[in-house]
Amino acid sequence: MLNHLPEHLRPGARDAARQSIIMRVDRRDVLKGALAGFALGLFARPATAFEPYPTGGLEMPRGLVTDPLVFVSIDPDGTVTIVAHRSEMGQGSRTSLPMVLADEMDADWNRVKIVQAPGDEPRYGNQDTDGSRSLRHHVQSMRQMGAAVREMLRRAAAKSWGVEPSAVTVGLHEAQGPGGQRAGFGELAEAAMVEPVPAFEELTFKDEAAFRYIGKGEVQITDLRDITTGAAIYGADVILDGMKTAVIARPPVLGGKVKSYDATETLAVPGVEQVIELAGAEAPVNFLPLGGLAVVATNTWAAEQGREKLKIEWEDGPNAGYESGSYRAAMDAASQAPDNIFREQGDTPAAFAAAAKTFERAYFQTHMAHIPMEPPVAVANVTADACEVWLPVQSPYGAREDLAKDLGIPIENVKVNVTLLGGGFGRKSKWDFAIEAARLSQAVGAPVRVQWSREDDIRHSFMHTTSVERLRVAMDGKGKVTGWHHTSVAPSILSTFAPDSGYQFFIEHGMGHVDAPWDVPNIRCDNAKAMAHARIGWFRSVSNVPRAWAVQSFIAELADELGRDHKEMLLELIGPPRKVDIATAGMPEDFWNYGEPYEEYPIDTGRLAHVVEVAADAAGWGASLPEGEGIGLAVHRSFVTYVAVAARVKVVDRVIRVPEMHFAVDCGFAANPERIRSQMEGSAVMGMTLALHSGITYENGRVQQSNFYDYDVVRSDNFPERVDVHIVPHPFSVHASGIGEPGVPPVAPAIGNAIFAATGQRLRDLPLGTEV
Amino acid sequence: MPTTFTLNGAQQTLDAPPEMPLLWAVRDLAGLTGTKYGCGVGLCGACTVHVDGEAVRACLVTLDEVDGKTVTTIEGLDPEGEHPVQRAWRELNVPQCGFCQAGQIMQAASLIAAKPDITDAEILEGMRGNVCRCGCYQRIVAAVRHAATGI
Repeated sequence: MLNHLPEHLRPGARDAARQSIIMRVDRRDVLKGALAGFALGLFARPATAFEPYPTGGLEMPRGLVTDPLVFVSIDPDGTVTIVAHRSEMGQGSRTSLPMVLADEMDADWNRVKIVQAPGDEPRYGNQDTDGSRSLRHHVQSMRQMGAAVREMLRRAAAKSWGVEPSAVTVGLHEAQGPGGQRAGFGELAEAAMVEPVPAFEELTFKDEAAFRYIGKGEVQITDLRDITTGAAIYGADVILDGMKTAVIARPPVLGGKVKSYDATETLAVPGVEQVIELAGAEAPVNFLPLGGLAVVATNTWAAEQGREKLKIEWEDGPNAGYESGSYRAAMDAASQAPDNIFREQGDTPAAFAAAAKTFERAYFQTHMAHIPMEPPVAVANVTADACEVWLPVQSPYGAREDLAKDLGIPIENVKVNVTLLGGGFGRKSKWDFAIEAARLSQAVGAPVRVQWSREDDIRHSFMHTTSVERLRVAMDGKGKVTGWHHTSVAPSILSTFAPDSGYQFFIEHGMGHVDAPWDVPNIRCDNAKAMAHARIGWFRSVSNVPRAWAVQSFIAELADELGRDHKEMLLELIGPPRKVDIATAGMPEDFWNYGEPYEEYPIDTGRLAHVVEVAADAAGWGASLPEGEGIGLAVHRSFVTYVAVAARVKVVDRVIRVPEMHFAVDCGFAANPERIRSQMEGSAVMGMTLALHSGITYENGRVQQSNFYDYDVVRSDNFPERVDVHIVPHPFSVHASGIGEPGVPPVAPAIGNAIFAATGQRLRDLPLGTEV
Repeated sequence: MPTTFTLNGAQQTLDAPPEMPLLWAVRDLAGLTGTKYGCGVGLCGACTVHVDGEAVRACLVTLDEVDGKTVTTIEGLDPEGEHPVQRAWRELNVPQCGFCQAGQIMQAASLIAAKPDITDAEILEGMRGNVCRCGCYQRIVAAVRHAATGI
């Protein structure tokens, strides 16, 4: 049964990169921190096309590793193996990062093999694949390592030919000498790898015009063939000898417990072997399992049948009263009495007192669940003092640390293999399912796969928060906005990790709230209390979803109220091109700029305005449209990327259709435009889903939805059929920024504004529903 | 009671309860993992396989229903993995995470086999049962069209 697994995923597999020729050479002078030191100005900068800059990657746990011996190996036959240390969930980092390295080292992409790193941050640096950080944080280290390997190959060739390294040129997968000598990378590998790893200042970098793959968007994704033939391995596809399958009946209410149960009928199901009670975590639950009853069986079907026959009496605990309707009313009331101010620029109360006119609206969003196509799943094999797991997980080292702690096994004895992720969207940043599998494997003494059903996934997600966003503006006699007041009320992600204060925290504030870029003299941002009664977690784009929804709908409403063109109003609020001066903007001390140094990634209103213009022009803003059609516009900066969306909506027999969407994206340097386009195409679909469909509600503390029939998504019979993506071109010196998440937030308000343009109906509650 | 059927061209006998869904029989018992679980109720299409050439949701078909029949999974769609739909998928770099793609490809292969001159409207309708959460629909539809018409 194990032969279907690629070598690196087989039990006890060693890291594949260690097996080939480079790693047989026993030398490990690690260059860790060279980039960090350089970026901090410890070295003089050479004249090169690559001027390094600091990013938040340096501050992430275990930071960045720039040692090419960790990431690259070359076999004698010339096969170049590059380690992908970030998790692949469709965003393309398993292709784009190795592609950057390969290009800079002059490797032939057709002779590159990618291997996935296990969870090992001391070795690979930070592996936490979320926050749209992979390219943003690692594009520089990939270039550095590629250039280092190219230089080592060059020096080895020079030695073998008895010439100066400067006389050797490196071309596609080979070195060329002054006398016409040629040597392939495979021939040079062994000698090259005993060369000392050159320091950053010894490296030369390719001129951007010489890039073969970077910036071109012509490379196929790494797993394309395996995906199309069914050979790609996701979490559930790992089958170990003697493996059991478990499904778990979890408490329907957060914090609930099993009061009593009868498993007689369950144990009578052929194939069911055991029923095991799992302890649930006390609040704050972190990423620990919710507890419940696990049915362990020889196959999935038997486990499912066994679970259906369990008779369980639950004790619901303190969240049994959670009910979405009344909770919304409470949030709405709270939003009218905010009591926690964290951005105060100018004198907003005075601006409102002196206003000739004020305008106020509130916007709402329900909870959402991520529902990756692959529901959570984990395979674990725990023996007396060791644990090996196979996980579709966004943060394999985080999982490894928690598994070690939970099982009481030293972390050196825990191995986390990373499979492909069948979608992530933030759900697979949380490894509760891994701990479930490990505890069960420990209990039964055999490998165990824990399989979540779609119903489990929807009912027991780490929910996207629900929120009320209340916006008010003060205007002078000419309709010029003089005061901006944004109150956000939502249960906080922090409640999952710490005793719940009821208030959102600095990371949530940073996502479309305190970072308001408006050219308005008086700005106040505040919130009010909302206690969590569900497991709140981050969903792709996180708080930016409700914030962009509210702010971008509000500005369109304000324009309509004043009889002004929405685009003009939006550009007036953005104001002249400038970098927002956070020192004079009344920002909180803990202002969060997606973890990036502000001077490197400032809020640039020129770039924000530019994407508005590009998207609006592409969509034909201002043109007259047939009855029942409209164009809506929205813009949002998130994950230090600027995205504007112009959506065209057509209402046919009351059904909302979105025939066309135009994305204008400014993400700095575009390493792989093809995957940037695919992320925007996907954002169009996910944004339309959350605009029209996604709504999780609670009654008696229980999630009311359970599968695609009551939690539907956009399908091929009504989807954004034409998605045009306009990428603002930049050289490498304009820092690459996030791509996985920033496409989503502007989609729903662009659709909402287009519905208004088409029908005159203003909708303020997400999801909007599929009809007007 | 054992069930015997043809699985990707070879005879397969599985000794399992007759009401076991084909999905779990194929995955857990036959060890073919290309067919994916996505919802278990026939609403997402991730488990689409062919039974006697017709696309079905393997989570809704029971083992006894395929007794004596021919079952094709993504692994058996083409011996070389070069079915026109698979090739079209690669040419257009369709997948993101890839998890739903086996089901999408099996659905598409069945659609264009039944109607080589398929229209765009028929593609949209024929693919509506296959969910892609990453949102690859633009490319999925283009790839089905490409596989059918070469355009």
